[in-house]
Amino acid sequence: MLFSVLVETRLRPGIADPQGHTIERSLPHLGFEGISEVRVGKAFRFSLEAADEATAQAHADEVTRRFLINPVIEDADVTITVAEPA
Amino acid sequence: MATRVGVVLFPGSNCEHDVVEAVRGLGGEAEILWHADKDLHGVDAVVVPGGFAHGDYLRPGAIARFSPIMESVTAFAGDGGPVVGICNGFQVLTEAGLLPGALQKNAGLKFLCAMATLRVETTDSPLTSEAAVGDELRIPINHFEGNYTCDAETLAMLRAEDRVVVRYVDNPNGSVDGIAGVCNEGRNVVGLMPHPERASHALLGSTDGQVMLRSILAAGRVAAG
Repeated sequence: MLFSVLVETRLRPGIADPQGHTIERSLPHLGFEGISEVRVGKAFRFSLEAADEATAQAHADEVTRRFLINPVIEDADVTITVAEPA
Repeated sequence: MATRVGVVLFPGSNCEHDVVEAVRGLGGEAEILWHADKDLHGVDAVVVPGGFAHGDYLRPGAIARFSPIMESVTAFAGDGGPVVGICNGFQVLTEAGLLPGALQKNAGLKFLCAMATLRVETTDSPLTSEAAVGDELRIPINHFEGNYTCDAETLAMLRAEDRVVVRYVDNPNGSVDGIAGVCNEGRNVVGLMPHPERASHALLGSTDGQVMLRSILAAGRVAAG
């Protein structure tokens, strides 16, 4: 089965986020009010061939933990969906 | 016999020849170690130099840590061999799990290329054995992601175990506790963001890096027996 994987990463709570901080400070100057707790992360999208959803989830979790994030400073959410047949 | 220092070359490293020249200038031998080889050629010490290994894609050091030579560097470090990571090399060693913590974007979100003053905090490391605690060394920095970070427990451990090797006198990048360099539990692996090889000759504006390079050579001599 072919799965679509979305990995969204962000800096862990407590880790300073200089980009998020800079964006947040600039928002009021641009007229955007009421926005707080801006955190900047990355998103990875890829396709994954696996026997079933549980296997796909395990593979995607493994590649995320070992490679896509640095667990010292980053967290990630891994979302798996069955890819639509072409 | 002169101490032999191996300098790892990844695609995108750019300070390897500076380190080689600086080591040779102090009477050591130096050779380049290609990242795709596993052979350390029997060197007495390893330096992972600065640059942008593998383009710094994904994160600095994230891809370099999977280069074949890192298996050998990890084994060498595990046997007590002296390993020093400079700048991007520090990032590689943290990604490889040889050093605690991580380097993230500078607090001011600016690439910093400037002279920094470092305070030597311990002499029990292959980078500072020839210096004295409290020495202030002028060593240049050249980085965008040099903001050292770690969790509170790790920081407490680093302090308690005297593993902060050098601190910035004026913290330029937001590093936690002003940390410029740390060592591992075995004290044979050190990483620092500043570039001692760029302060190794009067023509470069400072010779304060020589004491660090001499320390690496001394550690190599001890390791060689």
